[in-house]
Amino acid sequence: MSYSPHTAADRERMLAAIGVESVDDLFADIPTAVRASAWDVPPPLVEQEVRTELARLAGRNRIPEVSFLGAGVYRHLVPSVVGEVIGRPEFATAYTPYQPEVSQGTLQSIYEFQSLICELTQMEVATASHYDGATATAEAALMACRLTRRTRVAVSAGVNPDYRRVLETYCSGPGIEVVTLPIDVTDGGTGTTDPAAVEALGEVACLIAAQPNFYGQVEPMRDLADAAHAGGAQLVAVVEPTSLALLAAPGDDGADIVTAEGQPLGIPASFGGPYVGLMAARMASVRQMPGRLVGATRDVAGRKGYVLTLQAREQHIRREKAASNICTNQALMALAATAYLVAVGPAGLREVAELSTTQARHATAALEDAGLARRRFGGTYFAEVTLKVPDAARRHAALAERGIVAGYLPERHDPALRDTLLLAATELTTDDDIARLLDGLEATR
Amino acid sequence: MALPDDLRYSKEHEWVRVEGSRATIGITSFASDELGDIVFVELPDVGSSLGQFATFGVVESVKAVSDLFSPISGEVVEVNEALRESPELLNSDPFGDGWIAKVELADASEVDALMDADAYTVETA
Amino acid sequence: MSVAEAPSSGRGSAFAGAVGGDELTIVEPLIFDRSRPDRRAVRFPSASAAALESAAVQPELPASVLRSRALRLPEVSELDMLRHFNRLAHLNHAIDIGFYPLGSCTMKYNPKVNEWAARLPGLAESHPLDPEDLSQGSLELMWLLAELLKEISGFPAISLQPAAGAHGELTGMLMTRAYHRANGEGEQRIKVLVPDSAHGTNPATATMVGYQTVTIPSNERGGIDLHALRAALGPDVAALMITNPSTLGIFEDQIGQVIAAVKDAGAIAYMDGANLNAILGRFRPGEAGFDIMHFNLHKTFSTPHGGGGPGAGPIGVSKRLEPFLPAPIPTLVTGDATEVRANAWAGRSTDGARFALDDDRPQSIGKVRSCHGNFGMFVRAYTYIRSNGDAGLRTISEDAVLAANYLRVQLHDTYDLPYDRLSKHEVVFSGRRQKREHGVTTLDIAKAILDHGIHPPTIYFPLIVEEALMVEPTETESLETLDHFVGVMRAVADLAASDPAALKRAPTTTPVGRLDEAAAARRPDLRHIFGGVDAPEAPPSAPTAEVPTT
Repeated sequence: MSYSPHTAADRERMLAAIGVESVDDLFADIPTAVRASAWDVPPPLVEQEVRTELARLAGRNRIPEVSFLGAGVYRHLVPSVVGEVIGRPEFATAYTPYQPEVSQGTLQSIYEFQSLICELTQMEVATASHYDGATATAEAALMACRLTRRTRVAVSAGVNPDYRRVLETYCSGPGIEVVTLPIDVTDGGTGTTDPAAVEALGEVACLIAAQPNFYGQVEPMRDLADAAHAGGAQLVAVVEPTSLALLAAPGDDGADIVTAEGQPLGIPASFGGPYVGLMAARMASVRQMPGRLVGATRDVAGRKGYVLTLQAREQHIRREKAASNICTNQALMALAATAYLVAVGPAGLREVAELSTTQARHATAALEDAGLARRRFGGTYFAEVTLKVPDAARRHAALAERGIVAGYLPERHDPALRDTLLLAATELTTDDDIARLLDGLEATR
Repeated sequence: MALPDDLRYSKEHEWVRVEGSRATIGITSFASDELGDIVFVELPDVGSSLGQFATFGVVESVKAVSDLFSPISGEVVEVNEALRESPELLNSDPFGDGWIAKVELADASEVDALMDADAYTVETA
Repeated sequence: MSVAEAPSSGRGSAFAGAVGGDELTIVEPLIFDRSRPDRRAVRFPSASAAALESAAVQPELPASVLRSRALRLPEVSELDMLRHFNRLAHLNHAIDIGFYPLGSCTMKYNPKVNEWAARLPGLAESHPLDPEDLSQGSLELMWLLAELLKEISGFPAISLQPAAGAHGELTGMLMTRAYHRANGEGEQRIKVLVPDSAHGTNPATATMVGYQTVTIPSNERGGIDLHALRAALGPDVAALMITNPSTLGIFEDQIGQVIAAVKDAGAIAYMDGANLNAILGRFRPGEAGFDIMHFNLHKTFSTPHGGGGPGAGPIGVSKRLEPFLPAPIPTLVTGDATEVRANAWAGRSTDGARFALDDDRPQSIGKVRSCHGNFGMFVRAYTYIRSNGDAGLRTISEDAVLAANYLRVQLHDTYDLPYDRLSKHEVVFSGRRQKREHGVTTLDIAKAILDHGIHPPTIYFPLIVEEALMVEPTETESLETLDHFVGVMRAVADLAASDPAALKRAPTTTPVGRLDEAAAARRPDLRHIFGGVDAPEAPPSAPTAEVPTT
């Protein structure tokens, strides 16, 4: 079905006004030699038919009954009211607020988003959004290079492996060297980044470290910040936003740039996107920040209003000298995060963080008690935990057939982590889920 | 706006006022008008060396961004700190309170390569 | 200072309450101002006694890593929160409210069945790292969308990973460099050629990949200056990035020569596909010889723009660039592609077909984002393409081009038309006559259009048109809407002649008037300060922004 409103009579009237005989005449400027040949695109479908097709594809997925899978993407409650807000067509079907007089809804909501992210992270300035946590982190590394005029960056191996791959790709552009700071992943090791190892990295623009790290472990962020600063480097802290209700804010830990995947804040997993990348920094660095910023100002009558600001950093003005090429970002997803943080409030976010950590500990204790698993690392963890589980890959697959996803298999990216499972809990993880995981691991022993 | 007679001007729309071995530099009213509302000036560091016609900073308006080109070479001895808080001085008083930097001249004869007010008026006509 | 708060429930009353003269007024307070201690909206369950007891044996989070200060998120009821966001929504213009001819952005109707599809729990709750056995539907959908994009663009290979058009450009330029490096020419090819009519993202992207941008002038017909292009091409050129149809809404009729010249010089021919919506079924860039193109699913395939994203910027590439595509790629590993496609077009699954993510791509540039891309946008675009089908896709371009040409002939006496040629999906007028004769700028014209309930065209872009007004009507606007717009544009031009001061005062019917962008940039106020004064006290001055809006 087509969404064109035009009747045959409408088209005739327009063609006559233009002074051409047929629509084909309007394409006469496409040289014959390069005109399209036939394509194999199926015929149109009406709504009833297209719904059947999409329901078919949705039905081909099997949404697990029980899942402990996180590894950067977390199943949290998406409050109904969040869906209501981002479903408003005034938000969903507007574009970038180029005309602020008719875009105050979008602009003020972005200003509120920036404010919320600053409060959460205890930083001074937050951007309007990035594509996701991985690209925000890569852009932060490039920003650190601009700020320090250095051309090497260091990343902890505790940072999400997907993020590290994206970082490598982005840095390959301007030829920035990426060095990896290993973490101790041996059995019984710390599972964290060693601040004493930072000095030996030599001159780097930044150290990128995650809190909690990919393995759920709580990193010594303050010491990492001190170690980075001692060498004149910036600390880029990659954080998990719900954890900030409990864990120290990166701004208080000495981070210079903070990035995060905002997906846990009211955005469904949706097979990988759309999500929202968060980035926050110190005000002194604002002119090297990539991406859009909204600022408050006044109109001609003195009314408070909001505009896109500091735009001279951006591609549409600075062109080849811009801080980044980013243009369209993830505004509607930033609105989802804004609505989520407002809907849950400080008490709700704390409940989410506490229940997630409790259920992660409950699951770990239950599996340890049953002799099915034990923690791979020492130290402490947030709401995700790396467990040593004999024959993990086989049992992970066997459980999947029963509709139970036993977390993530770290050996997928690091062979040294064979026979481990990375389990995530959220507030949606029930005691019954934990019992079913336990039964499943028992049955596949 | 009438151009001050005591200044020399560059094709890049900067001006210079020479007083002994020192020179004050800034941008012309033509430049600030073209840029519109100026919102930010990136000033050079005191002690840094400028080359004639080389970039030494950036000026941003709401709608545009432009490099600053030094009309003469020399060492920066002072910058106009007031511009950090009030970049609009470049719009309101480009030849006065909106000056950008003071420089210890490296080669006073470089000034000869610049235009006087009449020539610059023709240049920007 | 006194702050008047508008008791508002809609655009009109929000505005009516905000007409202060000397008093500062606020259209809608910040959510922080509605916060009251201990007020709650969403609540969560408590942990069970058993869970708490069991968890207690595990290591606690030590005090040294805990948050030391209060988390000052707003504390509001669910209704207060909803009203706040609904009132903010009322302050926006949007496609679902009125005409939005913002050139280059393709603001057309976003069908609601696409939203229905993206919210299907089987898709929305699918985790990107779920075992492939559990994700066959998501993988099949991505594979089918890629198959359709191949047919539409004429490219043999697709990556869905890039999150937006500019991200697709970055991906394409990284692949360009990987290609030249693989051929031993990575060090020597350092320049990217970009026409002067290009989007700012093109040169910004080139810089991100470490390339130097060389600008190629346009000719007097609005096409690329072929002579200048040939002169610039050489062994140091990595690629040409060209938008076709161009930002002037003109199809590059020398495109065959352009591609040939670029390829003869050993460079990569990159097409910015932002304007693909004009040429569906008429021109297939891959077939015509381009090496790379990014799609903007949020433009051509009508996924909602969301106030500035999410978009999606898949890329199509030629055979010689396929090895360098980002990894992983959804692949049909068991089953016959022709059969699987035919079945899917008939609404059937194929027994035994199996899809997987191919991550074993040694020459790949790597990943450009986490996971697999903006999957929710893929669902919407797939739904849209299947709904439209073969005939519908052709109609999209035909009606978009018909509407743009209709506006061109209706308005070309009212506004200057620097390139008076056949239009594709958009037409670029100039307000230079109004500026010269009446002293009103294109910004003034745009603001006056706002008072008619229409979003203005893109202004001051492309840069090569003085006082540019870039109009993209799209195919989903009725003839009545187009005629109404023509009337508004003529009325504004008449007003510019009769009462230019009135244009300078516009808009007067919007929730706020012209905003002081200079003050915003001079003393940035980028977040709410708790307990402090949260606004700069600079006196308003008349904004004169001429920012290109694409």
